[in-house]
Amino acid sequence: MENMKRDKTVHTGVCHLLLATLALALPVAVAAGPSGQAMSFTCAGCHGTDGSSVGPSMPAIAGMDPEVFVDAMQAYRQDERNASIMNRIAKGYTDEQLKEMAWFFASQRLRLFPQTYDAALAEQGARLHEEYCEKCHEKGGRPGDAGTLAGQWMPYLHYSMEDFLSGKRKWPRKMKRKVDAAIEKAGDTAIPALVNYYGSHR
Amino acid sequence: MTNLNRRTFIRAAGAAAALGTLGFPSLVLGASRRVVVVGGGVGGCTAAKYLRKLDSSIAVTLIESKPAYTSCFMSNEVLSGERTLQSLTFGYDGLRRYGIDVLQDTVVGIDPEKRQVQTAGGRAFDYDACVVSPGIGFKWDAIEGYDEEVANELIPHAWNAGPQTELLRSQIEAMPEGGHVIIVAPADPFKCPPGPYERASQIAHYCKHHKPKAKITILDAKDAFSKQGLYIEGWTKLYGYGTDNSMIQWVSAAGGGAVEALDPSTRTLTGLVEDFQGDVINIIPPQKAGAIAFAADLVDGDWCPVDKRTFESSRHKGIYVLGDASSAATMPKSAYAANSQAKVAAAAIVAGFQGKASDDPTFVNTCYSVVGEDFGISVAAVYRLNAETNTIESIPGSGGVSPANASPEIRKREVSYAHSWFKNVINDMME
Ligand SMILES: Cc1cc2nc3c(=O)[nH]c(=O)nc-3n(C[C@H](O)[C@H](O)[C@H](O)COP(=O)(O)OP(=O)(O)OC[C@H]3O[C@@H](n4cnc5c(N)ncnc54)[C@H](O)[C@@H]3O)c2cc1C
Repeated sequence: MENMKRDKTVHTGVCHLLLATLALALPVAVAAGPSGQAMSFTCAGCHGTDGSSVGPSMPAIAGMDPEVFVDAMQAYRQDERNASIMNRIAKGYTDEQLKEMAWFFASQRLRLFPQTYDAALAEQGARLHEEYCEKCHEKGGRPGDAGTLAGQWMPYLHYSMEDFLSGKRKWPRKMKRKVDAAIEKAGDTAIPALVNYYGSHR
Repeated sequence: MTNLNRRTFIRAAGAAAALGTLGFPSLVLGASRRVVVVGGGVGGCTAAKYLRKLDSSIAVTLIESKPAYTSCFMSNEVLSGERTLQSLTFGYDGLRRYGIDVLQDTVVGIDPEKRQVQTAGGRAFDYDACVVSPGIGFKWDAIEGYDEEVANELIPHAWNAGPQTELLRSQIEAMPEGGHVIIVAPADPFKCPPGPYERASQIAHYCKHHKPKAKITILDAKDAFSKQGLYIEGWTKLYGYGTDNSMIQWVSAAGGGAVEALDPSTRTLTGLVEDFQGDVINIIPPQKAGAIAFAADLVDGDWCPVDKRTFESSRHKGIYVLGDASSAATMPKSAYAANSQAKVAAAAIVAGFQGKASDDPTFVNTCYSVVGEDFGISVAAVYRLNAETNTIESIPGSGGVSPANASPEIRKREVSYAHSWFKNVINDMME
């Protein structure tokens, strides 16, 4: 974690350099195929305009870390996530196209919508988060390289946790140990507490 | 690749793409461009919003006959009593906040030479590009004895959400305990291919709880229908399909389901083989493009041919026809399809104003159906253009329907996805 963070800052400069070079080479770079923007626009029917979902079962994808986006879509494409529909949709795109869409959503402002949550559970969740989750899901789970939890739709978060716990979705490194520990500490309320905590963010 | 290298790569590729699509507003090239949008449904609203989103210097006027939009999607849930028509009705103030001029009037003519739209209210609007998304009209001569007046008063089609949806709902509520509902389903192509079967399901959902002895018969002009296997799986699980006691009967065309005539006074339908009598009859007539498409000479046969790259009419330059009225096979006539086509047309119009060639188009369709309690199913597709044949083709390996015999938990999730989809598509159209 620590190492990666340092690397990122150092390499921002390199990124910008690369960008400038690519911008110059543009006419060649965008020869054929639909634009990243056009492909991303097609997602809005389910994920809201520019990825700020207003439907509680569909996750917000605006402001999403581009790497998390590509990883998720590749996992869907390979039927590695407990999908109902995203597996069928992800198969329509190449790796290059996924990257272009990832960039589009990463650069969109995330609009969050107030949710009804249980204040007592959210408070318990805040403590659990601090102890077991904050190390990877930094700043209360704000958009980052471990996904977007803060303000994410609660029904979607519940689905995700159900899938992890039932073994239908692969745990990211270390996550299973942390979730098991949180459940050991707080029992059946651990997951609802965490979900209510994330849902309490505005 | 290490994480870091990959990240750099993603960023760089994305930036190139983003730069490729950002242009200068057309304003810098001259006077403000005007787009007139005909029809404030899915296609029209989405096109208007995305035109302003892509280039806020464009002056967009949207002309719609009705004061508010009532969506057909989810209107089958009005028939089961799960929602009200009011919950499907939305005003146009959201679009006005994007700087779109929304006017209530009916367009009666489009002059492609003068580039002008004329309304029933006697107004004329000049345009640089015109978007037409009027939805469907009905072929009233298809079933003898069935016309617009009969539909409004006695035997609703309820295929445009509104008063007829409520009429049908009240007829179902008022029918006797062991009542018989007949749904007459049309031949392809028509608006919302899975719709008649979702309708039968939603009526069965209501009857299961309130009139358990009732029967629903679908008389079909086809021998197969959309998501058929999944519907049958749901009907079997929820409504005893396949048993003597099945609540739902489906009669294919080959089985005598094609209907030729209606006697409204006795609620009797004449089929090729036998007659059918019902307590409630819902006839979904065969369809064609909305009236303005005929008045403006945009049709070839029943529907409007378009260039699939841009959705510009093949008959008149400068007019873009979207949604149900367009001939866009293999895309279905669905809200998701109209929403997706509208963004392609908006981008093409903006590119044209800027003197650029338009990008290759990309489309998606997703259609959820709620078969009953905790039982949702879907069909999805990602499409691309086949420029050689001017057709829209589904990308091989992608799309398809929900898996057969999926877990109860996935079926249940698809119900909640259907409802969330509804919120997001309305948001993307007009909020
Ligand atoms: C029962 C049912 C269920 C459905 N469920 C789904 C679903 O789950 N998912 C899905 O994707 N699709 C669904 N659909 C299909 C969806 O409703 C249509 O495909 C979609 O509305 C098409 O959009 P459109 O812009 O072509 O037309 P519409 O949305 O019908 O809009 C046309 C608008 O144009 C206006 N208009 C027409 N002529 C004029 C004129 N001359 N001047 C001014 N205004 C005019 C009309 O008043 C109307 O508001 C369903 C349809 C039905 C009937």
